[in-house]
Amino acid sequence: MSRLRAIRRVMGPPVGAVLLALIVASVILFVSGANPFVAFGNVIEYGTRLETLVESFNRATPLYLSGIAFAIAMRMNLFQIGVEGQYILAAFVAAYVGAGVGSLFPPLHVLIILVVAMLVGAAWAGLAGWMKVTRNVHEVISTIMLNAIAVGGVVSFLLGRWSIETASLDTRLGDIATTGWFPSLNPILELVTREIKRVELTGFILVAAVVGIGYHLLVNRTRLGFDLRATGTNPFAAEASGVPPKRTIVLAMLISGAVAGLVGMADLLGDQHFYSLRFPQGLGFAGIAVALLGRNHAVGAAIAAIAFGWLERASGILEVRGDAPREIVTIMVGVIILFAVIAYALAQRRGRIEAAAAAAAQVTEASGPDTEEADT
Amino acid sequence: MSIVREPPMITLRDTVMQGRRRWLVYSLGAVLILAATQMFAKQATDDLTSSGTWAIALAWSVPILMAGLGGLFSERAGVVNIGLEGMLILGTWFGAFGTMIGGPWFGMLLAAVAGGVGGLMMATAAVGFNVDHIVAGVAINLMAPGLTRFLSDLHFSDRGGSITQSPNISGVSSFSLPIFAGGTVFGWKSPDILGSIENAEVFWLSDLAGIARGFVFQMSWLTLIAFLILPLSIVLLWRTRFGLRLRSCGEHPHAADSLGVNVYKYKYYGVVISGALAGLGGGFLAIQLSGLYKEGQTQGKGYIGLATMIFGNWNPIGTARGAILFGFTETLRLRDESAAHALLLLVAIVVGLLLIWRILRRSGRLGTVQLAIVAVAVGYWYANSTGVPNQLPAITPHIAVLVVLLFATSRLRPPAADGLPFRKGDT
Amino acid sequence: MTVAVHLEGITKRFPGVVANDRVNLTVESGEIHAICGENGAGKSTLMKIIYGMQPPDEGRIEIFEEERHFSSPKEAIDAGIGMVHQHFMLADNLTVLENVILGAEPSKGSLIDFATARTRLRELGDAYGLDLDLNDTVETLEVGERQRIEIIKILYRGARILILDEPTAVLVPQEVEELFRNMRELKAEGHTIIFIDHKLDEVLEIADTITVLRHGRSVATVDPADVTAQDLAELMVGSELPTPGARVLTVTDQSVIEVRDISATDEVGAPRLRHVDFSLHSGEIVGIAGVEGNGQAELVEAILGIAPLTSGSIHMHGEDVTEWSVRQRREAGLGYIPEDRHRRGLLLPAPVWENSILGHQTRKPFYRSGLWIDEQASRDHAESVVGRFDVRTPGVTTPIHALSGGNQQKLIVGREMATRCNPLIAAHPTRGIDVGSQAAIWEELRRARGEGLGVLLISADLEELIGLSDTLLVMLRGEIVARLDPAEVSPRELGAYMTGVAA
Repeated sequence: MSRLRAIRRVMGPPVGAVLLALIVASVILFVSGANPFVAFGNVIEYGTRLETLVESFNRATPLYLSGIAFAIAMRMNLFQIGVEGQYILAAFVAAYVGAGVGSLFPPLHVLIILVVAMLVGAAWAGLAGWMKVTRNVHEVISTIMLNAIAVGGVVSFLLGRWSIETASLDTRLGDIATTGWFPSLNPILELVTREIKRVELTGFILVAAVVGIGYHLLVNRTRLGFDLRATGTNPFAAEASGVPPKRTIVLAMLISGAVAGLVGMADLLGDQHFYSLRFPQGLGFAGIAVALLGRNHAVGAAIAAIAFGWLERASGILEVRGDAPREIVTIMVGVIILFAVIAYALAQRRGRIEAAAAAAAQVTEASGPDTEEADT
Repeated sequence: MSIVREPPMITLRDTVMQGRRRWLVYSLGAVLILAATQMFAKQATDDLTSSGTWAIALAWSVPILMAGLGGLFSERAGVVNIGLEGMLILGTWFGAFGTMIGGPWFGMLLAAVAGGVGGLMMATAAVGFNVDHIVAGVAINLMAPGLTRFLSDLHFSDRGGSITQSPNISGVSSFSLPIFAGGTVFGWKSPDILGSIENAEVFWLSDLAGIARGFVFQMSWLTLIAFLILPLSIVLLWRTRFGLRLRSCGEHPHAADSLGVNVYKYKYYGVVISGALAGLGGGFLAIQLSGLYKEGQTQGKGYIGLATMIFGNWNPIGTARGAILFGFTETLRLRDESAAHALLLLVAIVVGLLLIWRILRRSGRLGTVQLAIVAVAVGYWYANSTGVPNQLPAITPHIAVLVVLLFATSRLRPPAADGLPFRKGDT
Repeated sequence: MTVAVHLEGITKRFPGVVANDRVNLTVESGEIHAICGENGAGKSTLMKIIYGMQPPDEGRIEIFEEERHFSSPKEAIDAGIGMVHQHFMLADNLTVLENVILGAEPSKGSLIDFATARTRLRELGDAYGLDLDLNDTVETLEVGERQRIEIIKILYRGARILILDEPTAVLVPQEVEELFRNMRELKAEGHTIIFIDHKLDEVLEIADTITVLRHGRSVATVDPADVTAQDLAELMVGSELPTPGARVLTVTDQSVIEVRDISATDEVGAPRLRHVDFSLHSGEIVGIAGVEGNGQAELVEAILGIAPLTSGSIHMHGEDVTEWSVRQRREAGLGYIPEDRHRRGLLLPAPVWENSILGHQTRKPFYRSGLWIDEQASRDHAESVVGRFDVRTPGVTTPIHALSGGNQQKLIVGREMATRCNPLIAAHPTRGIDVGSQAAIWEELRRARGEGLGVLLISADLEELIGLSDTLLVMLRGEIVARLDPAEVSPRELGAYMTGVAA
């Protein structure tokens, strides 16, 4: 009984938010002259094709990493809006180093690129952490400013300096040698499916899974995670309990930034193999949506990332068939997030009231009505 | 006995009256520094103090000012509004769209309404449902660009625009103040007193005249209105019943509630006004400054406005000061490369002066060393270069925000209940 | 004589509890009417109902012999009722003037008429001895002044009925006298005053009529001339009154904390602690008395290691710990019962078991070697604390915010005791909890002292301090101004030291 209720409480808000977003999208489709049923039918038909599914997972991989990067800091009540700047800067520097070292023993080459990316991401996030602990600069402001400085300043400036001449108009860095490529999972996947055309399932999905498991264990099972969560729920109590607040803030930002550094790696190592002006942007902000919908939970964020990745890929058909601009998906994502956070707030409040009632009932049973409501 | 800290109390008298004389001294000093920088600059420029620069700077400060004042209304009511950026974006799109169908004035109206609706959504989540304010704001910021992109595809693609931008639109007309800046009155071309002084090229005096003229020369009516919103906001917040009640909701909502003030109502008002102002800022950016809607054109001005308000210490005058500063750097980027280079010298001089002041005040080693390093580094850079990368002016506001916050946060005082959830009856 | 307030059969339920159970109350116009009852008896809820902050589930309210149904404080204010809350409802960053006129601003057009407001306030201020710059922000004022502003605030609104919720809780004896003088003046002018208090001597001194609440019911309305403090106490508790009790000397010569001449400043450099010097021994309870804000909180933070010292040193078990982090000190056995359990003591949304190891998460058995928290050991520990200290909770996975204040406090006390810490800093260990739990905590402290625990006790409850301590130190403006023998000092004398009247 209570298990059922718990499931409903966890799953209710996101499912409800998705349904509401579907309704909103239907209305928009209807108003803009398309038949919502036909349009969604097309999306589902296209979205269940093997190639679309592979693309969805490819898209979900960086989204998930970005969501986890945000979630790590969020568990400490740090609003790390800076994943965007961290992953772009990290991908840029890693691409430069990765191309610069030439050919190496493959695992080593990949490892170097990953380590560089994580270090750069950590350093850029650590800067915001340092500003917070030394000068009490709120991380929302500092990370937003650091995003602009990283993307509009550092990357833009250095890309201009380090770019190579190519036939195309694109401003880009040099290629990473094949020893620095991450293998595709297509051969393994094809053991159970038919042959996959045109697209390759990124092997980086395994890295994302490892990061997810690591995140779950770190936060819920370790002492550092306990300190982190304690600081997130009540920094004053955490401090009195012996958690060094400054060190923990910086540490959380460093870990978060390191994971953020991995966000661009799926595309860099698995797909593009060089950094250019056309390198995917906006993954950092999309990751916030993933973390919010997934409630900073390792599995929740995975579901959210896959859902958003699928929506984005599968919606491409809308434009092809002329039903509607695919940007309807960005509206849906926004609506899902807005409704989901509202629904979570409501569910949390109801949970609190129920728990208080249960505790009060316990007291009443034991001793009569002499203990009043929880103190104010 | 309690040991009382100096409270940075903000009353109307403080913000407007008391600071007047000090302001005059500061302003004259600032112009002196600008004039001196210009005189010593390696590459000749008069753009640091020309009326042309300042007229444009003023216009470019409007979006940031509007976002900042928007943040002020919201945060004074106790709601942290990180969603300003999204509301600004809504303003740019609807401003452009409104201008296309009904002219610039209608565009501004539509921009304000769109921003206000964004504010209403934010308020519904953050105030009505007690969603964490930053989460609610981020949700708005995620949603707004998606919405505008979708709408662009529907309405701009087939009218000479594209999925990322609108067709060109035109803004409202400008005016110059008669007598001071040579405006015309009933067809009579009045003299241009400030202009004459500016052209006389007398050190400092001409610079003063140039900057002053910038405030009255070829100013669009929309800029004028935007700057009138500033004193209006001050009066509204500090002189009226509405303002007192709104501020009380940001300081101690339960106290306000216990006196019969409808806290929810004022918080909603605060956030909706906030959104409408941000929407105006967005509309101004699209209609008056850019002449079109273009994706990404806000370039984080909502966040910068918010930051401006924070280091303006939740105070309208301070917010305006920051907004003008950012309008100025933005203008130099657009106008003149040698002026942008002179900016390096300016930074070196200002930091140097700050350093001297700190040493005279004996205010601790912390910070002084860093300042010295910054002054020397920037000075060295200036001396060994002839230009700056074009990225630098673009990110100057962001660096400035960080630097100011790094050095000033200890003196900042947000409203006491800023960002806290409120639920009637929970004390 | 008319009846100012008449309540009949007021019932108010909260999830799982009945806060007010068919309460009847009659307050004559122009009297001072005290409402007594122990914590959790439903006094505050009843006052909030009269003031329109919470609607009753059942019952009838008459104000000046007219039935009323208030749906907000605004309506109560319009009906001539004003309330001073226990936690002051003043915005620190607004001026005195703004705080007073908020919600009832005189206006000219759409602007506030500050001149009229000023004149009215000056009149009220003259009448009630409030001599303040109306442009000062409230944050610069002291507790007594704030309370007077609260009273002015409701008089400004034309209140004829004043509700004061535990007005004396935050005052020292001398300030209480001043408050009582003001109350008598107000009464002489025809105001009706309802006030909540559970200090019986005060109630007997000032009240014209006393109504006692117990377990949410009104059990008696009496004339103070007819009852003794003992009678009242029995009405309130329904059984024997607990006292801190007799003292057995268990002090040893083994020092657990030595505070050697420490000084500290706040972040802007103003001195908060000046040359504080004392030692605490195994088996000893040292009580710190003082008006709040005189350095007690800073002393606690200094010993915990949260706030840095400007000079002096702190030793624990003979070792110099001045440079140690909070965590090192806690691992060395320092226990802490915080003054504000919600702020410093608990992770409110977290389950009971996590809260039961908070502060000890780096110690065995909760922390296994390597990286990991041992959840099973922690839960077992939580179960044993819950059992031994009678924490009423549905289980150890229940979030702690669901528990009542008393049970939360018992969990904190239990957590420090069960982990066998020594020394223990106990700041207001029984604040805001019911009498039964209070007695249990006192008993627990005394028992542990017998086993060699050294306790630094900070409290505002003078009876508690005098009853439990072996040594009493009085703090004033960051200094220790007196060392007293609790056996030979009365609460009144102690109050004189605390305010600097005696030296």
